Amino acid sequence: MSAIDILAQVLRIAVPYLFAAAGGVLSERAGIVALTLEGYLIAGGFGAAVATYYTNQPWVGLLAAPLLGAAIAGIHALATIRYKADQVVSGVAINLLMAGAGAFFLRLMFDSSANSPRIPALGDGLGSGLAATFGQPLVWMAFLALPATWWLLERTAFGLRTRAVGEHPQAATSLGVSVSKIRVTAVLLSGAVTALGGAYLAFDQHKFTDGMSAGRGFIALAAVIFGRWEAPRALVACLLFAAAETLQIRLQGSPLLPSQFVEMIPYVLTIVALAGFVGKSAPPAALGKAEG
Amino acid sequence: MSDATAPAIALSGIAKAFGPVQAIRNASLTVARGEIHALMGENGAGKSTLMRVLAGMFRPDGGTAHVEGADVTGWDTADAIAAGVGMVHQHFMLVPTLTVAENVMLGREMTRGVALDRAGAEAAVRALCEKTGLVVDPARKVADLSVGEAQRVEILKVLFRGARILILDEPTAVLSPPEVQELWRVLRTLRANGGTVVLITHKLDEVIDISDTITVMRAGETVGRMATAGTTPADIARAMVGRDVALAQRVDTGVTVAPRATPRLEVRDLCVAGAERAQAVDHLTFSVQAGEIFGIAGVEGNGQTELIEALAGLRRADAGSILLDGQPITACTVSERIDRGLAHVPEDRHLRGLVLDYAIADNLILGRQHQYAGTWNLDFARVGANAAKQVAAYDIRPADAQLPARALSGGNQQKIVIARELGGAQFPAVILAAQPTRGVDVGAIEFIHARLRAARDAGSAVVLVSADLTEVIALSTRVAVMYGGKIVTIVPGDAATPLELGPWMTGAMRAGAA
Repeated sequence: MSAIDILAQVLRIAVPYLFAAAGGVLSERAGIVALTLEGYLIAGGFGAAVATYYTNQPWVGLLAAPLLGAAIAGIHALATIRYKADQVVSGVAINLLMAGAGAFFLRLMFDSSANSPRIPALGDGLGSGLAATFGQPLVWMAFLALPATWWLLERTAFGLRTRAVGEHPQAATSLGVSVSKIRVTAVLLSGAVTALGGAYLAFDQHKFTDGMSAGRGFIALAAVIFGRWEAPRALVACLLFAAAETLQIRLQGSPLLPSQFVEMIPYVLTIVALAGFVGKSAPPAALGKAEG
Repeated sequence: MSDATAPAIALSGIAKAFGPVQAIRNASLTVARGEIHALMGENGAGKSTLMRVLAGMFRPDGGTAHVEGADVTGWDTADAIAAGVGMVHQHFMLVPTLTVAENVMLGREMTRGVALDRAGAEAAVRALCEKTGLVVDPARKVADLSVGEAQRVEILKVLFRGARILILDEPTAVLSPPEVQELWRVLRTLRANGGTVVLITHKLDEVIDISDTITVMRAGETVGRMATAGTTPADIARAMVGRDVALAQRVDTGVTVAPRATPRLEVRDLCVAGAERAQAVDHLTFSVQAGEIFGIAGVEGNGQTELIEALAGLRRADAGSILLDGQPITACTVSERIDRGLAHVPEDRHLRGLVLDYAIADNLILGRQHQYAGTWNLDFARVGANAAKQVAAYDIRPADAQLPARALSGGNQQKIVIARELGGAQFPAVILAAQPTRGVDVGAIEFIHARLRAARDAGSAVVLVSADLTEVIALSTRVAVMYGGKIVTIVPGDAATPLELGPWMTGAMRAGAA
């Protein structure tokens, strides 16, 4: 068990968090609560597995995941932006819908309540350790997701508008910026990026499994908050949570601690991080508020 | 079709309703090119609504709008901006987390390839600053700016979009006198360069100071248009209200109140923490005698709010003591303070003064409801009798005590608060009046001022905090200026002038440094 192996494990575990945190930052900075990350992960995993299964081409799955993620995000956008529904309620509904839909379509398509048939993975057979980890396109894409989000938000006109819309939509409106358009774009991007995290999970396990997102969307949202809605800090938070999870896996079976306590480590760390170390964090001022 | 001889703005017969409320019905406005035009009227007269129609924020239900000869009826904000019409709103439309340059270019971003051109935007803002005299550092975050600086950014934002017609909605409400003079200088520069300015205001002296022409609105209609030269404040006030009004000026009621052995309100070494500063009120000591109005002037955000809240019992005092008629009340609850004769007219009547969805009658007993307790429930007969009495005495309109407070105009809402706080069997010992006439029309201002004078003459001690310097000077026995949580000077009310108080308000003059 070398240090390289441990590092590789941390990085692999971080992948879905990184994608989902990037999606979370994009959505929340535009003022739309990203409680839906869990649902987008499921959509991504399901989309990748099904598309890959029917075409036997992993790259088709890689394209299908963000499309399905964006489609599901479109429901959230429609409900919260067009119809001004409560963003938390819509978010919870979408997560429940996706959890149910995953199981439903597994049964319908594959006559199984648990998982899809085996699929070929993206970037299979690339040796071991770090090489195998970074040989997978989704891994290095994950590590680019948050820096790219940062660049988009801080360095482009779209990003400037997104930040303005999340803080003070009336100001943006008064300057002729369409708040709805910017928010819809940000939410669709959020769904697409997050879904890549789900695709990674499906490829990693060579199948889609009911419940495979296992709360990762919520941990990613915690990372966004821990990172004070800033992409670079969120990246650090994702790595921290991934390290905690790695520690948990490594300590399993150890006689030192009861396994229940070990399994708690990532979640306890999340709570402690949110409660104790974030300090006074300032979310985007218009987060959760419908325009007008 | 732009026509070089057409007026800059020609609005005619504009109507706009919001649900059942007809905000404006027959509003017209003609503004010549290169003039500073004042749009006057009481609160609720429809000035802002009319200007928002012009700026493309509201689509009118009727009437026509022309800008420089072209028919622009029903256009949107983007059209208005493109045509060179820009509006600076009363409540700033700035994103606090963005820098000055980012705010200025938002929606009209300067880019290099796909990336934002920050350096270019900052340089453009700097160039605009030099041209107009509106100085502000483009790289600073808007959240760190003073109110005056934020307003400069608002104007820069509009000018950056090439506005030739600038609409300013109540621009001086948050400015100190020197900042107002600075703004006038900038507006005159714009006029000299061919720009047209429409200034929405209800301050009469400002209009005389700066404008070329005045249009007056009342109850959603245009009721008068006059050249400023040769017009007096009284003329304008008459047009605004529709009758003669007593303007805010010192009134000698001829009443003197016999001094008491102890001041009615005494504040000793008071320290209060604020939301932004640990020492929002910084070791403050003063006392107010019976029959005295103690006016506190100052730019907003210098501890006035925290002081009033501490006196009213809404905010904890970190140190020091407060005495009412010689008795300490520092540890008393709000309710105990009310029982001891402390009345509070809060600065934000929607936040603290009223429950907007409660009936007028219920709002009139808030905080005093235990005085109306029956055996099991409220004694509704007495609540109703009180309401009938107060609605008549304070001329609250409409005179239906069962209407929710929300249904009333700002002036009438404020009368509910004043009636509740001042309208008991006898005047309270101490009255805290914070911005008592904010957002209130001229007629109601006159009435509220009269009530405060009556309370003073009956032996109450009044602490008056107001952003309106004219009001403070007109009412106060003594005027104190607060700056940075301290009282920096106190002058007798009959000797106070805006020019004298101005430097103290901005911190340019400090105790001991002068």
